[in-house]
Amino acid sequence: MRLIHWLALVPFVGMLAGPIVHNDLHPLILGMPFPLGWVTVWVVLTAIIMAIVYMLDPANRDDAP
Amino acid sequence: MNSALVLIGFAALVALLLGIAARRGKKMGMEQWAVGGRGFGWIFVFLLLAGEIYTTFTFLGASGFAYGLGAPAYYIIAYGTLAYIIAYFMLPPIWRYARDHALHSQPDFFIRKYNSQALGALVSLVDLIALIPYLVLQLTGLGIIVVAAGYGAVSKDVAVWIGAAIVTVYVMVSGIHGSAWTSVVKDILILVVVLFLGIYLPVTLYGGIGPMFEKIDAAKPGFLVFAASGQSVAWFVSTVLLTAVGFFMWPHSFVACYTAKDERVFRRNAIVLPIYQLVLLFVFFVGFAAVLQVPGLKGADTNLALFKLVTQQFSPAVVGIIGAAGVFTALVPGSLITMTAAMLLAKNVAGLVRPNATDAQHVGLAKLLVPVVMLVAVYFTLTGSATIVAMLLLGYSFVTQLFPAVIASLTPRNPATAVGVFAGILVGVAVTAILTFTKTTVGSLFPELPEVVRDLNVGIIALVANVVVMVGVSAVTRSGVEAARA
Repeated sequence: MRLIHWLALVPFVGMLAGPIVHNDLHPLILGMPFPLGWVTVWVVLTAIIMAIVYMLDPANRDDAP
Repeated sequence: MNSALVLIGFAALVALLLGIAARRGKKMGMEQWAVGGRGFGWIFVFLLLAGEIYTTFTFLGASGFAYGLGAPAYYIIAYGTLAYIIAYFMLPPIWRYARDHALHSQPDFFIRKYNSQALGALVSLVDLIALIPYLVLQLTGLGIIVVAAGYGAVSKDVAVWIGAAIVTVYVMVSGIHGSAWTSVVKDILILVVVLFLGIYLPVTLYGGIGPMFEKIDAAKPGFLVFAASGQSVAWFVSTVLLTAVGFFMWPHSFVACYTAKDERVFRRNAIVLPIYQLVLLFVFFVGFAAVLQVPGLKGADTNLALFKLVTQQFSPAVVGIIGAAGVFTALVPGSLITMTAAMLLAKNVAGLVRPNATDAQHVGLAKLLVPVVMLVAVYFTLTGSATIVAMLLLGYSFVTQLFPAVIASLTPRNPATAVGVFAGILVGVAVTAILTFTKTTVGSLFPELPEVVRDLNVGIIALVANVVVMVGVSAVTRSGVEAARA
């Protein structure tokens, strides 16, 4: 595992932590119940995090084998 | 004949013609038919993998799930997203191995990695037990959609036969190319329909997303958050993790990976697919919108929530477009499942009795088996056997049992032996079946443990048993092999 790969663990922790810490309707996130809104926000963050991993992972460079 | 039915019929025709036309310019040998010549770019691979997310189960099931159970449905958005992260790391080595060894099915992977035909046969069996009910589900969903969106003008049986015939023809002619091209239309249609419904219904019926959830909470307190026990937060976390690892163990998703033209396709999709997962959110919104509008649906009828609300709110022409999208969500995954099942029957099951068959013979037989697989599925769909529903619940847990062996095989020094993997999968599958049929939960097994542990998804027990047996038997058989060598 390269160092940058460990970044991919963040969404696992982030996404699942929300409902553990706070399982309540309020505050609504984007109009959604908190657990659903939290998961939704983390879906977007996951895409961003994976984009960063993709860019920094040497395996995806054009000169990679 | 009503206008909705005309649109649905037109969609079915488009699927058939597009599925057949997908063959154009390709010689349908084994490589093209089963794995698209391993030349698909990220969009096609994206659509084939996304096909897994948007089946009739999503369209009817996810809205019905949100409608019937509320918060537990949230897990569906979370697990897919995490599955794509796992895919970033897991799929490239699988794809490389499949390319280097010209693999065409999931059992092929196990046979090669563990050098065991017997293991291939076991995996084929597990795959088929999971795939056939999944196909039945697509056909059942198709029947529900055509009856609901066609205002009952066409019977369920007729709809199922026509849908099955369309899939059979284009899979025989075009193989996985047919699935890829029809999925283009499917995903565009479903995207438009779901975004429209998911925004329009909450806004017009409730004055917005926020007000909708506030009203539901007022009417059904606790419905939108996880329960204190049962399907609690602990259930949510364990279910998300368990289903995330099982996601790519579905044999048709596994094979869809073989079609990629390079390994970067998967890494790129790990960025795009999570965003696509958000479309499910709008399916949920439709289900939630139905809660106060069409109350009282129970059990299997919750699957009708979306169409009950839609037929109540829209004119037949709009219902027809929604029905057409629904029909595509049945046909596309149905075609991929049918092809996968026919392929592994031809190569890995029939291959046991004729080990020297050529690729041309394998693919010839696979094409002939397509209608056979479909007839079996149609039979179960029309008889509506209760067993098939029970088997369906098992399907996901069954394919998840393949995960430990796949991961072990990707490590530099595979700690697992063929015998160990065989025993592990067998135990995992048996434990899953027993736990499911006896309706056992972690809580009923260990009532003295704290709530957090009691609510864990019971599938974890099967997976742990699988890993323990796999590691234990592998250690014994490996030392046996080494002793024999010494």
